[in-house]
Amino acid sequence: MRKRFKSLFGLVLAVLCLTMVLTGCDGQGGANNKEEKVKVGFVYIGSAEDKGYTYAHDQGRLYLQEKLGDKVEILYQENVSDADNSSVAVMQSLIDQGCTIIFANSYGYMDYMHDIAQDYPDVTFLHCSGSKSADNMLNYFGRIYQPRYLSGIVAGMKTETNKIGYVAAYPIPEVVRGINAFTLGVRSVNPDATVEVVWTSTWYDPATEKQAAIALLDNNCDVIAQHQDTTGPQQAAESRGKWSIGYNCDTSEVAAKSYMTAPVWNWGPYYAEQVQKVIDGTWKPENYWGGMEDGIVALAPLTANAPEGAQEKVDEMTAKIMSGEFKVFQGPIKDQSGNIRVPEGTELTDEEMLSIDWFVEGVVGTISSD
Amino acid sequence: MQIVNRSGTSTKQIILIRFIAILAAIVVSSIFIGFLGYNPFTVYQNMLKGSLGSTIRFRATLLEMIPLVVTSLGILIAFKMKFWNIGGEGQILMGAFAASFVALRIDGIPDFLMLPLIFLAGFLMGGLWALIPAYFKARFGANETIMTLMLNYIALQFITYLQFGPWRDPKAMGFPKIANFPDSALLPKLFGIHIGLIISILLVVVVTWFMRNTKKGFEIAVVGESFATARYAGMNVSQVILFAMLLSGGLCGITGVIQTSGVNKTLTMNISSGYGFSAIITTWLSGLKAPMVLLVSFLFAILLQGGSYIQSALQIPQSAADVLQGMILFCILGSEFFVRYKIRFRKKEHPNNGGVSP
Repeated sequence: MRKRFKSLFGLVLAVLCLTMVLTGCDGQGGANNKEEKVKVGFVYIGSAEDKGYTYAHDQGRLYLQEKLGDKVEILYQENVSDADNSSVAVMQSLIDQGCTIIFANSYGYMDYMHDIAQDYPDVTFLHCSGSKSADNMLNYFGRIYQPRYLSGIVAGMKTETNKIGYVAAYPIPEVVRGINAFTLGVRSVNPDATVEVVWTSTWYDPATEKQAAIALLDNNCDVIAQHQDTTGPQQAAESRGKWSIGYNCDTSEVAAKSYMTAPVWNWGPYYAEQVQKVIDGTWKPENYWGGMEDGIVALAPLTANAPEGAQEKVDEMTAKIMSGEFKVFQGPIKDQSGNIRVPEGTELTDEEMLSIDWFVEGVVGTISSD
Repeated sequence: MQIVNRSGTSTKQIILIRFIAILAAIVVSSIFIGFLGYNPFTVYQNMLKGSLGSTIRFRATLLEMIPLVVTSLGILIAFKMKFWNIGGEGQILMGAFAASFVALRIDGIPDFLMLPLIFLAGFLMGGLWALIPAYFKARFGANETIMTLMLNYIALQFITYLQFGPWRDPKAMGFPKIANFPDSALLPKLFGIHIGLIISILLVVVVTWFMRNTKKGFEIAVVGESFATARYAGMNVSQVILFAMLLSGGLCGITGVIQTSGVNKTLTMNISSGYGFSAIITTWLSGLKAPMVLLVSFLFAILLQGGSYIQSALQIPQSAADVLQGMILFCILGSEFFVRYKIRFRKKEHPNNGGVSP
């Protein structure tokens, strides 16, 4: 018995020695590299190859690398859950590896990042899609609801059954806002059409998303839109010979027979600008919510699947949105029970949009909450 | 070819087999890493650096180790009795549930009583969850492997229901998240690590003592050897099974308490993170010896944390890092087979079967 403990003790000792040796090496190596380059860390909710939300962010990362070249070194970690505290360990690890700027791209990271920002006052934190900020943390997002409205126009002109399906992740304001904008777009060209919502409770799960789309197709929907990170819903629509609206990036190659267009992200310029500001020492925790006029969001080119006349209508509204002549959430807007929620002559403020918890008329579905 | 029980494997042989296993693990995974286009030495070095190379990383490794140690101790007690408790996941979840119930749903608990109460609740609930299969095993001889496994899914769906339904935090604006624990229900920290570390080490000492020096611990081992022997010796087998499983599930429940109160600050359906299954591996590798659980869990935690680190440090995809971990484990678990059994190749049937070879 004693002998075994001796060997156990020896092993632990050996491991500890090894640790010290490695720690020594790391300290030296780190110091040499750190002097010139700024290390930037990205925390991704999905896979960089998802051809969806994370892919769009990863394109932004590549743009940042290309734009700033030798000035930055970028690390990223994929598939970090935002439904628990996994992101804490990942962010700590990235900071430990020398990152002084952290981008995290999913809503659920918000509270964890807000906590950790207090522990590392010298690190700059940028959180995508949330609402919290601090002296060294801002939140950023784009007005994706604008191109969503435009994609609604395309869907509304295309549908023959007047039933459009919408596969959605969580009933949080970001998603609700998107569904509302889309529905307003649909009904601006087709007042009889309705938008049926199915919740998946996941951002990223190809199988679940596909299944939800199939349920909608079975329910006689002939256009499928989505607030999901994969192309699952578009593939489901294709398999039934129906139509789809993508999200995040142009996926015309993935679902060539169903895909019509998609509201898309263009993160690159914003990422390059923010990192440059940190390098220059001019960075401020200013929350950002840019629209189509900034180029951070756009509607992808319409494909041949899109209905006739859609291009003209989209072009017209695009110009009006860009010039500020038209606001997506301008009155009169009714809610699901037919009550006027936004009277004529007024529009929703940013705060109201950021906390929106009701559906506009034409949406079939509920925001389940207690 | 024939597989035979190795009787009396010498220590030398065991060390040799283990050494070959580690060598095989390194060689096989080196080939895999090479195929991915990385230098195997850089990868191994980074795995060690990522798990031990700085205070933060070392802490992260210990944070992985803590739930493995506590869960393994629970699994160990069941395995000692040859009761195959595959239900660690469910017992962790139910322990976490009870802790959260006390922390979030009961008003007016004085601060100093909060932590003792959530530990007690977590232990009892985890234990009760394990008593269900224990009862059916003791009373009807039901298969505990299937039952404990199935109870995992019930527990998981129950927590998911709570998280998306009645327990959802209304302040989270529709995001399915349960409210955070009040401060009084959070584990205090020592040297940057929550005191679950100390609790886990204390539990190792307690379980070691319990299995070696108490009558109950001895009874559990005897029941594991043979029901008949235990009965012949006048033990109440059913009672021993129930008691052991209360402890086993209770310890897993404590993992749930530590992970909610020390790490996540709330209950989520991901709280068990697969520790209930990983602990089966660590328990097995420890040879069902409580002190060894500490060492094996530490090494396993290095594998987990190192695997996570190489993803960001070397941009190795997560799936590849998982394959790497799997290959290393496969080799080492595989060696256990050779420690216990040997393969005998028979070239020719001798006429005088079992006789002296020429």
